[in-house]
Amino acid sequence: MKLRDYYPYFEDFHEDIKSLAKNVSQELEKRAREADEKGSEEIMRENLKMLAELGFLGINVPEQYGGQGLDERSVVLSLEEISRGCAATAFSLGGHYLAVDSILIGGDEALKQKFLPRLAKDSVGAFALTEPNAGSDAASIVTRAEKKNGYYVLRGEKHFITNGSIADVFVVFAKTSPEKGARGITAFVVERGTPGLLIGKKEEKLGVRASPTNQVFLDNVEVPAENVIGKVDEGFKIAMQALTRGRIGMAAQAIGISRLALQLAINYAENRMQFGQPIINQQAIQFMLSDMLTMLRASEELTYKAAWLADRKADVTLEAAVAKLFATEAAKLIVDKSMQIHGGIGYTRDQVIERLYRDVRILTIAEGTSEIQRLVIFRNIKKALD
Amino acid sequence: MQKNQVAAGCDYVNFRIVVLMKPTPDPDKVRFDAEKGTIIREGVELIINPYDLPAIELAVQVKEKLGGEVIVISMAPPQGEEALRDAIARGADRAILLTDRRFAGADTLATSYALASAIRKLGNVNLVIGGEKSIDGDTAQVPGEVAEMLGLPHVSYVSRLIDIDYSRAIVESDLESEVVTYEAPLPCVLQVTLNVAKPRIPTIKGKLQARKAIVEKWSADALADIADINRFGIKGSPTMVYRVVIPKEKERKRIILDTEQGVKAVVDLLMKEGLL
Ligand SMILES: Cc1cc2nc3c(=O)[nH]c(=O)nc-3n(C[C@H](O)[C@H](O)[C@H](O)COP(=O)(O)OP(=O)(O)OC[C@H]3O[C@@H](n4cnc5c(N)ncnc54)[C@H](O)[C@@H]3O)c2cc1C
Ligand SMILES: Cc1cc2nc3c(=O)[nH]c(=O)nc-3n(C[C@H](O)[C@H](O)[C@H](O)COP(=O)(O)OP(=O)(O)OC[C@H]3O[C@@H](n4cnc5c(N)ncnc54)[C@H](O)[C@@H]3O)c2cc1C
Repeated sequence: MKLRDYYPYFEDFHEDIKSLAKNVSQELEKRAREADEKGSEEIMRENLKMLAELGFLGINVPEQYGGQGLDERSVVLSLEEISRGCAATAFSLGGHYLAVDSILIGGDEALKQKFLPRLAKDSVGAFALTEPNAGSDAASIVTRAEKKNGYYVLRGEKHFITNGSIADVFVVFAKTSPEKGARGITAFVVERGTPGLLIGKKEEKLGVRASPTNQVFLDNVEVPAENVIGKVDEGFKIAMQALTRGRIGMAAQAIGISRLALQLAINYAENRMQFGQPIINQQAIQFMLSDMLTMLRASEELTYKAAWLADRKADVTLEAAVAKLFATEAAKLIVDKSMQIHGGIGYTRDQVIERLYRDVRILTIAEGTSEIQRLVIFRNIKKALD
Repeated sequence: MQKNQVAAGCDYVNFRIVVLMKPTPDPDKVRFDAEKGTIIREGVELIINPYDLPAIELAVQVKEKLGGEVIVISMAPPQGEEALRDAIARGADRAILLTDRRFAGADTLATSYALASAIRKLGNVNLVIGGEKSIDGDTAQVPGEVAEMLGLPHVSYVSRLIDIDYSRAIVESDLESEVVTYEAPLPCVLQVTLNVAKPRIPTIKGKLQARKAIVEKWSADALADIADINRFGIKGSPTMVYRVVIPKEKERKRIILDTEQGVKAVVDLLMKEGLL
C-alpha cells in the first residue's frame, strides 16, 4: 500500500524517499547487530558516510547550499525507515539534524554559506546543550562564552552529546549574559580540531549503543564571532525550535521501531506452535497485535500531521510535543508486547526484539523527557482548545 | 535468427547494454493463497527482482568503463513501471516496459520470445545481462532462452566479470563444484549471480530524477513488424500448469554419530561451504 492511499499528508515524491530510505535501511540492518554488540563507532562512521553519499545528511538543506532541498516529511520518512534497520544510526542522524536545523533556523546567510554545504556533504554534526547540572532545565547551563578581541572564549562542560566523538561540527550553547537566564544564552558553531575542544569519555549505554554519546569539554575554546548562530543572547530560542523539529524526528524513529516490533511479533506468532497450533490463533495474542497496530496508526497520524504542519510553516511546538510523547511512549509499549509474544527467546540476543527493547528506551528520555513534553503541552493547552 | 540483426558488432559510438529485469512482488508484502497455492498478485507492488539488482549494477559498471547506454527491459503489467523507475535511479538510461494484455499468461518460452523480440527491435545491442532467476517464477530459464532465440552465445552463473572490451567479455562462471573461466565474443548474453556486483543504492537526487523519467511502453503491436504476435502470452505458451503444491517440511533425519566422527563431519561440511 502507498502512503498516499491512507494519509493525506504526502506527495508523490515522498513515496520515492520512503522506498529509497527502505533500501538504505536494509543495507544498515546487515550490520546492526554487530554495531550494537561492539558499540561500534567505526560502523557508525561508515553508516553515516553512506548516508552522506546518498544525500541524507543534507536532506532538508536547501539546494543552494548543496543539500537536497526536501522537507520535514522527508526527514520523518527517512528516520522512520532507517530506525527500522538500525535504530542507533537513526538516532545519530537525528543528532546531526539538530545541528543542521540550528543553523538553518538561526544562522545568517554567511554562516549558512560557511557550514551548510559541509554538513550537507560529508560533515557530521552534533548538538551540545545538556550539561551535568542542566538536563530538563536546559536554561540553567553554566558554560560561559566571553568576548575577547573578535573571539568568544568558551569554557564549560557538556555531557550526553550524541556524535561527540565522530562529529566535525558542533553547535554549542553557552551563556553570554549569565544574569539574564534563558535570555542570556548564545548558540555557536565550533569546529572539530579547535584548540581546547576536547572529547571526553564515551558512555556505555543500554541501547543505541553504536551511536556514540560523549562528554565534551570546552577549555578556553576560541570561537570566531562570525560563528555565532543568529544574534547574541538569542540562542535559547534556536535550541527550542531545533528541538521542536527534533521531536518530530524522534516520533518518527519511534514509528520505525514500533512497526518492526509489530512485524516481528506477527511473524513469530504465526510460526510458534504451542498447544498444537500457532500461538497467533489465540485471541489473547490477536488482541495484543491489534492494540499494537492501533497505537502505531495513532503515532503515524500524529507524527505525519506534525511534519505536514511544519512544512506549512505553522508553529508546531504543541503538535511536535504531542507526537513525540505519544509515539515514543507507544513504541515502548509496542516493543514490550512484542517481546511478550516472543516469549523466552525474545529475551535472548538471537532475536532482534531484544535489541529493540533496549534501543527504544532512549526515545522517552532524549530531546526532552516525556515529562517535559507534558510541560510543553500544558503550556499550550488552552490555545489548543480555542 | 541472424546475429547481425541483433547487433552490428562493435559499436564504439554507442555501446548498448540491455538488462532483462523482472518486476516481482515485494516479498515483504506478498500474501499466499494457501488453498490455491498461488501468490496473490492483485494490487501487490512490484519491485526489481532482487536477483536482477546485480545485473543492473554490472551493466552500469560496464557502461562506466566503455561508455554507451544501459537499457532495461521488463515484461510486466502496468504497475511494473515503478520497478523500472527504480532501475533508472540505479543508473539505467532507458527503460522499456512490454505491457499489453496479449503478453499475459506467458510461460518462460513466450516470455523469452517477447523479450528477445524487444531486443531485436532495438537492434545494435552489444551485451545482454539477465539475473540468475526470479524470486517468484524461479525457473532460471529466461536468459538462456533469449540467447538461443537471438542466436547469441550465453554464459550462465556468471559470478565475476574479469574483463570486457568492445569485442569480448571474460567471465567466471561459478558452477558450485568448479569455477570456469570463459571468453565470450560480443554480443552475448550473461546470466549473472548475486556475487557479480554489489548493487549501489540510488542517491536521493537520482531517485527523484527517476520520477520524472519516461518509461517507454511497448505493446504487442509495437513488435508486430519483427515478431509473430501469436507467439506472445498465453497463445504462445505450451506449458500447462497442472497443479501447484506447497511442499511439506521434511522431518529431520535425526542421524546420530559418535562425537568425534560427528564433529569431523560437521567441520568438513562447514569447510566445504566456505564457512570456516
Ligand atoms: C543517549 C543520549 C543521547 C543524548 N544526546 C544529547 C545530545 O545530542 N545533545 C544534548 O544536548 N543532550 C543530549 N542528551 C541529553 C538529554 O536530552 C537529557 O538526558 C534529557 O533532556 C534529560 O535530562 P537529564 O538526563 O539531566 O534528566 P533530568 O532533567 O535530571 O530529569 C530526571 C527526571 O526528572 C524529570 N523531571 C525533570 N524536571 C521535571 C519537571 N519540571 N517536572 C516533572 N518531571 C521533571 C525528568 O522527566 C526525568 O524523569 C542525550 C541523552 C542521552 C541519554
Ligand atoms: C509452475 C509455474 C507456473 C506458472 N504459471 C503461470 C501462469 O499461469 N500465468 C503466468 O502469467 N505466469 C505463470 N508463470 C510465470 C512465468 O512462467 C514466469 O514468470 C516467466 O516466464 C519468467 O520466468 P521466471 O520467473 O522463472 O524467470 P527466470 O527465468 O527465473 O528469470 C531469470 C532472469 O530472466 C529475466 N526475466 C525473467 N522474466 C522476465 C520478465 N518478465 N521481464 C524481464 N526479464 C525477465 C530476468 O533477468 C531474470 O532474473 C508460471 C511459472 C511457473 C514456474
